[in-house]
Amino acid sequence: MTIDTFGQQLRKRQVSAEQVTEECLARIEKEDGRLNSFITVMAEDARRQARRADAELAAGRDCGPLHGVPISIKDLLDVQGLPTTAASRVREGHVAARDAPTIAHLKRAGAVLIGKTNLHEFAFGTTNEDSAFGPARNPFDPSRSPGGSSGGSGASVAAGFALATIGTDTGGSIRIPAAACGLVGLKPTLGEVSVEGVVPLSHTLDHVGPLTTSVSDASAVYRALLGDGNSKPLTPIPLAGVRLGVLRSYFCDLLDEEVRASFERALENLRAAGVQTSEIEIPHAKDIATVYLHLVLADAAAYHATTLDSMPDRYTEPVRLRLEMGRYILAEDYVRARAGRELLRREVDAALAQHDALILPTLAILPPLIGQETSRFGDRTEPVRNVMLRLTQLFNITGHPALSIPAAPGPSGLPCGVQLVGWHSQTDALLRVGLACEPHITGP
Amino acid sequence: MTLETWLQAAVADAERRQIPALKPILEALARSTAALRAADFAERADK
Repeated sequence: MTIDTFGQQLRKRQVSAEQVTEECLARIEKEDGRLNSFITVMAEDARRQARRADAELAAGRDCGPLHGVPISIKDLLDVQGLPTTAASRVREGHVAARDAPTIAHLKRAGAVLIGKTNLHEFAFGTTNEDSAFGPARNPFDPSRSPGGSSGGSGASVAAGFALATIGTDTGGSIRIPAAACGLVGLKPTLGEVSVEGVVPLSHTLDHVGPLTTSVSDASAVYRALLGDGNSKPLTPIPLAGVRLGVLRSYFCDLLDEEVRASFERALENLRAAGVQTSEIEIPHAKDIATVYLHLVLADAAAYHATTLDSMPDRYTEPVRLRLEMGRYILAEDYVRARAGRELLRREVDAALAQHDALILPTLAILPPLIGQETSRFGDRTEPVRNVMLRLTQLFNITGHPALSIPAAPGPSGLPCGVQLVGWHSQTDALLRVGLACEPHITGP
Repeated sequence: MTLETWLQAAVADAERRQIPALKPILEALARSTAALRAADFAERADK
């Protein structure tokens, strides 16, 4: 059920917030044992919030599109009175003293917080395998990863445990699970949505945003995260004449064939609907991964240095090793990476100059099997982590808003995503492009 | 500091700290850092 549909039925008194919350809780009770998407289920609190939402609506107080909507929260954001585990034993004993500003905004918008979701430890991974609470699993195939790091968040919405979820994205951690779980994922423009009260991975790359089942829902949750929960809904941009720049060179070099076919089909559908496409390049695309690596590792190592020394055994081994790696990066190389960042930002701006948005796949592979370490592309073998970040991390580096929309699945039936990238500080404009393109990307 | 010197020092430090599993990871980082230093946006005083 989308938030739009729920809202219509709620206001016609065809359903209540309490009823839909109970349905979500019942599904969690029945099915989350195999998906492991939640770390904390806030059952009683959610029931209380839902009853209050129903009572307020009956009294004539309507908080807007998120009124009474069950939403799950990545366990990286502070919710007052609850632990923020970051899926790590390092955080044992933590209890949040206050809500993160984004959580306060959601509460004011009438959302029902249903629980806190599993993630890759400290958001430092793309598969959700390294978690103190065990791996979250993909509802489409529990032997596969739901993506990461917001994997529990993605799984929770795909499984119908919530109507939307809040994730964070430092290299793709909203968009990757969105693609892997058949959802819409929005990474807003860098700095737009508050990251206060969110356990950081990188202060210079972190974003907060929604995963939902439609672009319209993503727009509603995004506006609520900004504290603007009752604004007028966005309308789709007229599709005829929309100009999309297709990022093919580098970005489509390593793609699973099923992902490639879905992407090409989406492009054909969009062209048939009147969209103009032209191929465009990012001249320094080959430097994206090394620029990203030197930024994120150094930023993360600075935050974790004290606990790496005082409680190293409380980290999962893979995450601990990646964090330790960051402690060896020299300041001079961090400065070089910052120079690369500025250049890449200018190149993405230039690529957008003649276009309404850029378009590329979101995730180069289908959701990987839990434990899968490499992916093969012809005679080339690549680490899964590198492949999963390959198409998303650029827009964390540059800060441009990016939206993943589910593409029509191929023969395997497994989800994949198409990514639209908009102008800096123009997230609303990107959402309007997304609203217009969505039926043609998800269509047959 | 050359990358070779840096890598030697980093590996020695990781071994002193009893984290031998870092060695292959540091070697991979060194390859990535070499690419970063070779990029044309990495400014040099003689260029």
